[in-house]
Amino acid sequence: MSVLSHVGAPVGGPKDTVREPVAGQRRRRLLPYLLLLPGALWLALFFAVPAVQLAATSLYDPAGSLDLGYAMTWAFGNYPDALAAYWPQFARSFAYAGIATVLAVLLGYPLAYAIAQKAGRWKNLMLVCVVAPMFTSFLLRTLAWKTILSDNGWLVGLLRDLHLLAPDGRLLATPAAVVLGLTYNFLPFMVLPLYANLERLDYRLLEAASDLYASPVRVFRRVTLPLSMPGLVAGTLLFFIPASGDYINAELLGTPNEYMIGNVIDSAFLVRLDYPQAAALSFLFMAVILAIVFVYVRRAGTDEVV
Amino acid sequence: MANNGPAGDLRLANVTKRFGIFTAVDDLSLTIPQGSFFALLGASGCGKTTTLRMVAGLEQPTSGQILLGGAEISRLRPYKRPVNTVFQSYALFPHLDIFENVAFGLRRRRVKEIAGQVERMLSLVQLEGYGKRRPNQLSGGQQQRVALARALINHPQVLLLDEPLGALDLKLRRQMQIELKRIQTEVGITFVHVTHDQEEAMTMADTVAVMNAGRIEQLGAPAEIYEFPATAFVANFLGQSNLLAGTVTGTSGADLLIEAYGSRFSVPVERARVRQGDVHLGVRPEKLFLAPAGDPLPAGHQGVNGVVTDSSYVGVSTQYLVRTAWGAELAVFAPNTGIGGQVPIGTPVTAHWHPAHAFVLPREAGAGDRTAPILPDAVAAAS
Ligand SMILES: Nc1ncnc2c1ncn2[C@@H]1O[C@H](COP(=O)(O)OP(=O)(O)OP(=O)(O)O)[C@@H](O)[C@H]1O
Ligand SMILES: [Mg+2]
Repeated sequence: MSVLSHVGAPVGGPKDTVREPVAGQRRRRLLPYLLLLPGALWLALFFAVPAVQLAATSLYDPAGSLDLGYAMTWAFGNYPDALAAYWPQFARSFAYAGIATVLAVLLGYPLAYAIAQKAGRWKNLMLVCVVAPMFTSFLLRTLAWKTILSDNGWLVGLLRDLHLLAPDGRLLATPAAVVLGLTYNFLPFMVLPLYANLERLDYRLLEAASDLYASPVRVFRRVTLPLSMPGLVAGTLLFFIPASGDYINAELLGTPNEYMIGNVIDSAFLVRLDYPQAAALSFLFMAVILAIVFVYVRRAGTDEVV
Repeated sequence: MANNGPAGDLRLANVTKRFGIFTAVDDLSLTIPQGSFFALLGASGCGKTTTLRMVAGLEQPTSGQILLGGAEISRLRPYKRPVNTVFQSYALFPHLDIFENVAFGLRRRRVKEIAGQVERMLSLVQLEGYGKRRPNQLSGGQQQRVALARALINHPQVLLLDEPLGALDLKLRRQMQIELKRIQTEVGITFVHVTHDQEEAMTMADTVAVMNAGRIEQLGAPAEIYEFPATAFVANFLGQSNLLAGTVTGTSGADLLIEAYGSRFSVPVERARVRQGDVHLGVRPEKLFLAPAGDPLPAGHQGVNGVVTDSSYVGVSTQYLVRTAWGAELAVFAPNTGIGGQVPIGTPVTAHWHPAHAFVLPREAGAGDRTAPILPDAVAAAS
């Protein structure tokens, strides 16, 4: 961000000189809350109420069922039970999403950088290309990958011919397929915030750094990267959170051996109809995600970065 | 200026820079001796920053060579050049505090014991105690001083300064000028200093170059350029000049004879840039004297008659405008010595000068007088 933009920002403005009537001041003080109201209502209705409901459900008697009805028994044991039964899926969710996040950074950062700083008049076209896959449904895109990776698809054939894959090697139904699917499907969530950040990067700072004896690698390490931290943090969070909760990729591109926590919750809610366990899993997942986000944002120190 | 060979001299040889079809720097050749203070003056957009950027390596010359101490550096990447820049836009790193901004170059070169050097540099630019602040918590002038410290701390072979004092108030600017000059003489760094402030250029620089539209119009010691400008542009860019359109009619002994508007003037031959054809006869406003019309002139002086049409009192001097019979307006700066009073507007006068103070410049056929009206600039330059 340009140094000058801070300097040039108008300070105070007419507020300093014009004395407002008291009523106007009160209205001004209320304004932020009025602006918050629609969003707050929305959150209350569609987040807070269901969350309380879900929390209650997670403490129901696990012996109950849809037909017999559930009794509130404050069954905190639901949590350790759920974790004991499904910790591998938990671990897998975060491992897959973590690896996919790293891949997405490696793919997305150079892409966002190129679009923001080098693309010139191709910028808009390239951005459209990044977003274009979102115009088709998530399910459809994942199904397309299933076709591409299938055992008798051209890709597997090619890789087998090149001996990069054993004659009986597969791509589909492997952890790699799931991770690649996640990477592909959520990539725009990584690229767009990074782009928005790198777009504002002042190339004169990079020039100044190279004038001060920083090689291109050091310019990146000392200037570009720290300045793009807010974009990187936003991108990784926007990527990691939905990716770790995803179940479509594991469902379509993997086997039960690749199932993630989303698949378990999905089946608990819709197949096994074990609502208390499903709710407990959902809450556990949310708690872990929140903890990760908290630690991550603290470590990355976004508020330090201008 | 002793030329001790190509030891560490910065040399630009036929350097040209084009952006598309636009030529920003046009076949520039100059040598800046090691350890000298070189000022680059010129109107906005004439290619000063572009020239510095090529020396820093941030821009590739379209053609020509840049040599430092005899070695060609124009293909060298910026971080490999022993050259640092104080940027016109400061370009401070917003994510680093002031201390780290100043330490940046030392850290990249893995210099030991940084803290002491940074502290010393910060106190030099009068910013002790600001080390923990971020650039956006400083005023414009403070940021500019950080930019200065950040470049200076590296003791480069060549320091490029792109209007480094532009945002400072007069008092601080004078202080920083003295500091800069002191550092430059002490450490022997070559300074290439771009400025809009002629006084700054003249007081600080060993050599001044006046640039116009990508070319250097004149290069030399400040007094040399001021007393005997080479072109009409220089004559009115560095200070101001009264330029009368005339024609050379011949010589008489060591003098060139010039006819302008029916009057004949003479100028010593060595004060003439051309000796025939269409010329401008130039005299600086402070070298013109006013005498009541009809009074005898001091021995050897020559003059033109006119009427005072304007006067402005600027403290150290009074600046008059004298309108000649053919309509030219001459600027005359009369020092405010307290002897003799103000000349009232409407007084018929003779503006006269000693021929040794005049100069003769080439004039394009058809170009008229170039006399400068009293501008706010003139006031600033004279104060
Ligand atoms: N990257 C560029 N592309 C096209 N034209 C450019 C570029 N950089 C500079 N120019 C042009 O080259 C000319 C010289 O620019 P430069 O920045 O060197 O001027 P300057 O002498 O430093 O002016 P100022 O005193 O206003 O800073 C200007 O007309 C400018 O518009
Ligand atoms: Mg400039």
